[in-house]
Amino acid sequence: MNKTRTLSLLLCLLMLLSLLAGCKGQQPAQPESPSAEPTPAAPATPTTDPGRRETNEITVGISQDLDSSLDPHTMVAAGTKELLFNVFEGLVKPTPDGDLAPAVAEEWTLSDDLTTYTFRLREGVKFHNGSEVTMDDVLYSLTRCRDEGYVAALKDSVIEGEGSTLTITLPSANNEFLANLTCAIIPADYADQATAPVGTGPFKFVSRAVQQSIVLERFDDYWGDKAYLDRVTYIIYENPEALAMALKGGAVDLYAHLSTATVSQLGDDFSILEGTMNLVQAVYLNHTVKPLDDVRVRQALCYALDRQQIFDLTADGKGWPVGSSMYPAFRKYYDESLNDLYPCDTEKAKALLAEAGYPDGFELTITVPSNYSPHVDAGQIAAEQFRAIGVKVTVQPVEWATWVSDVYQGRNFEATVCGFDASTMTARAMLERFTTGHSKNFIGFSDPDYDAAFAEALAAKDDAAQVAAYRKMERILAEKAANVYIQDLVDFVALRRGLTGYRFYPIYVMDMSTVRYE
Amino acid sequence: MKTRNYFLTFGCVITALMIAFILLGYFWTPCDPMKMDGSVRESAPTLAHLMGTDKFGRDILSRVMKGAGATFFVAFGTVLIGTAVGTLVGALTGYFGGWLDEVLMRFNDALTAFPGFLLALVLVSVLGPGRRHLLLALGIVFIPSYARIVRTEFERARSQNYVKSAQLMGASTARILFVHILPNIWPVLLSAITIGFNNAVLAEAAMSYLGIGVSPDEASLGYMLSDSQAYLATTPWYALGAGLVIVLLILGVGLIGEGLQRKDL
Repeated sequence: MNKTRTLSLLLCLLMLLSLLAGCKGQQPAQPESPSAEPTPAAPATPTTDPGRRETNEITVGISQDLDSSLDPHTMVAAGTKELLFNVFEGLVKPTPDGDLAPAVAEEWTLSDDLTTYTFRLREGVKFHNGSEVTMDDVLYSLTRCRDEGYVAALKDSVIEGEGSTLTITLPSANNEFLANLTCAIIPADYADQATAPVGTGPFKFVSRAVQQSIVLERFDDYWGDKAYLDRVTYIIYENPEALAMALKGGAVDLYAHLSTATVSQLGDDFSILEGTMNLVQAVYLNHTVKPLDDVRVRQALCYALDRQQIFDLTADGKGWPVGSSMYPAFRKYYDESLNDLYPCDTEKAKALLAEAGYPDGFELTITVPSNYSPHVDAGQIAAEQFRAIGVKVTVQPVEWATWVSDVYQGRNFEATVCGFDASTMTARAMLERFTTGHSKNFIGFSDPDYDAAFAEALAAKDDAAQVAAYRKMERILAEKAANVYIQDLVDFVALRRGLTGYRFYPIYVMDMSTVRYE
Repeated sequence: MKTRNYFLTFGCVITALMIAFILLGYFWTPCDPMKMDGSVRESAPTLAHLMGTDKFGRDILSRVMKGAGATFFVAFGTVLIGTAVGTLVGALTGYFGGWLDEVLMRFNDALTAFPGFLLALVLVSVLGPGRRHLLLALGIVFIPSYARIVRTEFERARSQNYVKSAQLMGASTARILFVHILPNIWPVLLSAITIGFNNAVLAEAAMSYLGIGVSPDEASLGYMLSDSQAYLATTPWYALGAGLVIVLLILGVGLIGEGLQRKDL
C-alpha cells in the first residue's frame, strides 16, 4: 500500500519536472520561429526588455461582432466600418486631421462648375489577391455603389474611364462629393466579398470566426507606407467584465472605447489615450409615435436632461456635450451655442408637458443596445431624469442584432439611446439622414425648413455658404428637439506598454497601420 | 429521545427575518432606490448607506430590499402556478389514468424535453419583457416537475384501502382527490415546494443576471450581481448585498425543507 503511494508520488514529481523542462526549452526558441520568411519594413526591435512580446502581432478587443456580410459597400454597423477601414480604401482616404488623402487615385481636379471630377489613378496599386487595380475594377466599384444606391451622392452621375483617367460627372454641383469616394474599390466581379473580403488597404483579411474573432495580416504589396505589425487579431468581448479580465491577463493588447470603470482597473501595463469617439449619443426619439410627435413633449424631455450628471456618473465628469447631430471633431460645422439651448430646467419641462396635454406625464420605453454599456448607462440616467418630470420610463435592453433589425431597420421603438457616426467626413453624412423620407431617417423626422436648408447646402457655391446652411440644419434639429442630444463620448484607448503609434481620427475608425512596437 | 429539530427552527427564523425584510422594503426603504447621486459613487458602507452605493450612487441596501421583494414575488408566483397546475394535472392523470394520462403526460414530457431555462427564455421573448411575464414563463416551466411528482403519488394512492373505502361510501371524485388523497401526499408535495421555491429564486436571479425580463434601472438582485462584476476588485460590497440576500432566501427555505423531512423520520 505504502509502496504504491510512494511510487505514484514519484511518478507525479517526474511528470511535473518534465513539464517544467518542456517550458524552459520552448521559451528561447519562440522569437526565432516566425522569422523564416523575410519581412520587409518590419520595425527594428533591438530591445532587450524581458517583458516584451517578441512576435510582431497584437490582439485587439472589440465589443461586438461585425455585420454578417463583410461587403464594404453594404456594411451598416460602425464597428464593422471601424475595422474594415484597415482592409479597404477608396479613391481617397481620410486622414487623422480630417482631410482627404489620395489613395487609389493619385491626384484629381474639379471643374469650375463643381460638377466634373477628374482623377488620375495611381499605378501599381494591388489588391490583396495579387492582381493590379485596373480601370475596370474602379468603374465596377463605383457603378455598383451608384446603381445599388450604396452611395447616394453618386446618384445619376456619369462615370467614365479611359486609360488611367477617370471622370465623374455629377448632375448638380457638389463640392463635398470627394468625401464619398472613400467608398471601397473592390475587384470587379469578385463574388465572395461578403465572406472573404478583398481590398487594397494596408491589411488583408485572413479569417473570421463568427462571434469570436477576425484576423488581419499585413499586406506586403501595399502601395503606400506599409503597416508595422505582421498580424492583428480582433477578438470579440461582448461582456465588459470578460474584456477587463482579458486586458489584465494579457490576452488583449489594444482596446478602444473603454469605460471609465475598466480604465480604473488597469494598472501600469497600459497607457491610456484619451480622445473622442466621434459619434453623437442621444436619446433618439421616434417622431411617428404619440406623444413624441409633439415638439413640446420633445422639448420637455430636452429640458429634463442633465448632461453634467451623465458625465459625472458615467465618466468621472468627462464628455463633450453636443446639442445637435454634429460632434466637436467637425470643427467647421460644430455649433457650440446649441449645447445651451435647453438648460436643465425641470419646472419648464413640466410646464411644456402640461401645455402639450400631458400634465401627468406619459409612458415611454427607452430601448438600449445591451452590449454598449455607455448607452445602457446613459439610458438609465436619462430615464431617471425624465421621471423627475413625470414621464414613466422603462429601460429595455435588447441584443445588438435585435436593435439593428427592430429599432433601426424596423423602426419599432419609442426612444432609444445610441450613437451615430459619420460614414464620410462631411457634415452631410451626419445631417442628410434626417431629411424627409431618407432611407436612414429611422426617427421619422420631417421638417420642410430642414429639407430646404439641405437643398441650400447642396447648391452652395462656396464653402462659407455651405457651412452656414449646414449650421442652419443643426439649429433646426436642436430647436425642433428632434432628439435629446447628450454627448460625444470620451474615448479611452488602452494600449499595452511598448506599443505606440495609435492615431485618433475625426470619424469612427481604428487605424492599425501605424501601431507598432517601440 | 427527542432531539430538537434545529433545521426547522433555523429555517423558520431565517425565512421569517427575510420576509420581514421584504415586507419592510415594500413600505419603507432607507433611501429612494432609484435616486442617483454623483457625490457618493461606489462608496463603501457608511452610516448613511449601510451597504454602500453602486456606480450611480444609488443606495445598495434600498435596492436590495426592493430587489428581494421582486425576486420573492416571482419565486412565490412561480411556485404557486407550478404547484396549482401541476397538482391538478398530476391528480387527474394519476387517479384516472387511461387516455387522459397519456395525452397530458406526453404533453408534459414535451415540456420537459426543452431545457427549462431555454423554454423560459423563449417564453419571455414571445410574451415581452416585464416581471409578470417572467413569472408566467417560469411558472409554466415549473409545472411538469410538480405534475410528475403528484401523479406518482396519486397513482399509488388509487389502489389503497382508504381510497377504495371512500369510493364505496359514494364520495364524489373531487372529494376523494382533494380531501382524501391530497392531505396524504402533503409531505411529499411540501418538500417539492421548498425545493421548487429555491430553484425559482435562482432562476429569477439567473434570468435577471442575463438581463432578460428586467429593466436595468429597476432594482433586481440578478442584474445587480451582473452589474457589480466590473467592480468586484474595487467595490466588493456592491456584489455582497445582492448575493447575501439570495443566499439567505435559499438557505432559509432550504432548511425548512430539510427540517420537514427529518421530522417525518
